[in-house]
Amino acid sequence: MTGSATTAIAGTGRGRTTFWKKNQRALAPWIFLAPGVAMFSLYVIYPIIASMWLSFYDWDGLGEKVWLGTQNYIELFDDEAFYTSLKNNIIWLALYMLAVPAGLFIALFLNQTVTGIRIYKSLFFFPFVISQVVVGLIFSWFYAPNFGLFYNLIEWITGTGVAVLADDRYVTYGIIAAGLWPQIAYCMILYLTGLNNVSPDQIEAARLDGARGWRMLWHVILPQLRPATFIAVVVTVIGALRSFDLVSIMTDGGPYGSSRVLSFYMFEQALSEYGFRMGYGAAIAVILFAIMMVFISGFIWKMIRDERGM
Amino acid sequence: MFPLAIQKTSATTQILYRIALPVALVLWLLPLLGVAMTSLKPSSDLAAGNIFGLPSYLAFSNYADVFRNSPIAGYILNSFKVTIPTVIGAVAIACLSGFALAVYRFRFNLLIFFLFVAGNFVPFQILMVPVRDLTVSTGLYNTITGLALFHIAFQSGFCTLFMRNFIKGLPFELIESARVEGVSEFRIFWFIVLPLMRPAIAALSVLVFTFIWNDYFWATVLTTSAETQPVTAGLYSLNGQWIAQWQLVSAGSIIAAMPPVLMFFLMQRHFIAGLTLGATKG
Repeated sequence: MTGSATTAIAGTGRGRTTFWKKNQRALAPWIFLAPGVAMFSLYVIYPIIASMWLSFYDWDGLGEKVWLGTQNYIELFDDEAFYTSLKNNIIWLALYMLAVPAGLFIALFLNQTVTGIRIYKSLFFFPFVISQVVVGLIFSWFYAPNFGLFYNLIEWITGTGVAVLADDRYVTYGIIAAGLWPQIAYCMILYLTGLNNVSPDQIEAARLDGARGWRMLWHVILPQLRPATFIAVVVTVIGALRSFDLVSIMTDGGPYGSSRVLSFYMFEQALSEYGFRMGYGAAIAVILFAIMMVFISGFIWKMIRDERGM
Repeated sequence: MFPLAIQKTSATTQILYRIALPVALVLWLLPLLGVAMTSLKPSSDLAAGNIFGLPSYLAFSNYADVFRNSPIAGYILNSFKVTIPTVIGAVAIACLSGFALAVYRFRFNLLIFFLFVAGNFVPFQILMVPVRDLTVSTGLYNTITGLALFHIAFQSGFCTLFMRNFIKGLPFELIESARVEGVSEFRIFWFIVLPLMRPAIAALSVLVFTFIWNDYFWATVLTTSAETQPVTAGLYSLNGQWIAQWQLVSAGSIIAAMPPVLMFFLMQRHFIAGLTLGATKG
């Protein structure tokens, strides 16, 4: 209402109305959006479609593309390594979720006002700022046989050390532990901010009603922390499914491919010394994308609901 | 405040808490402290089996060795060359598109917004082959420009989400009244909204700096040589050369981690505001 009135005033006030003046409210958003939409379409939207299309071809990255139909997918469903990667992805996803309660726990521990607490908070957050490459190297050192801190600790407790990264029974768990370190820090900071915004009145009222400890946490605090929990779950799920850096740095998928995840296996197939099977790699990527889309749609659905509610 | 303020608890609990804090911190940062210590040990210490003890002397020479005998200085320079243009480009694009999506009502507004949001969450691997292909065919493969261009495009998704939500939180009356005055849309953006976006720009810049500095996947996909690789990818290849020379690996890791760490400690408030923007909004 006010909008159209304003344009009318602005228009007649100047006497001459050019095309631009009449339509600037309708055109401006598209001009502002142009660079972002162009870049994003070229580097994100188009590649997604191109990958899906490519997954039906055999292509070495240079020569002719040969149409295979669903052959890549059929091969994939018979591929032992694919199932190992998928299984590891599920383990990653399940164990990575531990970052959410662990982050909450540390946030509750640190949510005090004693001297120096701000420094403690930032130092606890520290692992998140470091690159995953460095985290991977730090943990490789931590697990290293004979002189790694963890190796010696286990040797001291049980008598024999375990070379975590060289043992196909433990390797995935070892890498996940490394990944959890920064992820817990991330969840912690989300919850610390969330706890800052919890209404003190409600806590006081609940205290007067005799609520404390777990009951207080569950019935009064957690409902108010829901936005923080949502973001923490989103970033943790995405982080788990994106896991690539740590696998690449710590084990290169080994020993004998036992620590591969889909993202790493895709890279290995499409772009490493093992060959340039771009079509096959694209098929793996499409499967990973499909898994991720289940979660992404869930998040978007919730965001749309919030958006409408506003 | 929850949990109960420690000052209101018994004296024993307070003392226990005071002790627990540093103990927990040391345990939490144990791997990092170990690496920091290793990076300062002379190689003779490691050879003699002094693995966990204090270094027999502080061997800053490890750091000098890393700089002298490896191209790490070049890698770090490359990281800056990729990171700084990306921060500027992605934040600038996001200011524009965030403004468009926050201020105007038009068809496809929500659709475009959610495309940005969803695109930001996709696995990198679904983009990998076509992006690499595109970069090769434009002659930008193994160049810093090629890597930075991709980062700008990809980061503009997250940044737009961030900026749009930030501008939504600004008082809309400012824009309304400027329109009544007959101020053009571009001038509204430049003179009214942009100055108010300063905290968001600061927060995003710090955040994107860290994300891009720490990127490893795209660095390995789009660059191959020491002349173009950023420090994350460089560290991976150096790790291959320094087999079991942990004092060098540790020193190299710490050097590579420094810039985002400094950024974080200098700009801490902005950084955390950036990370939690979505979480604090209802």
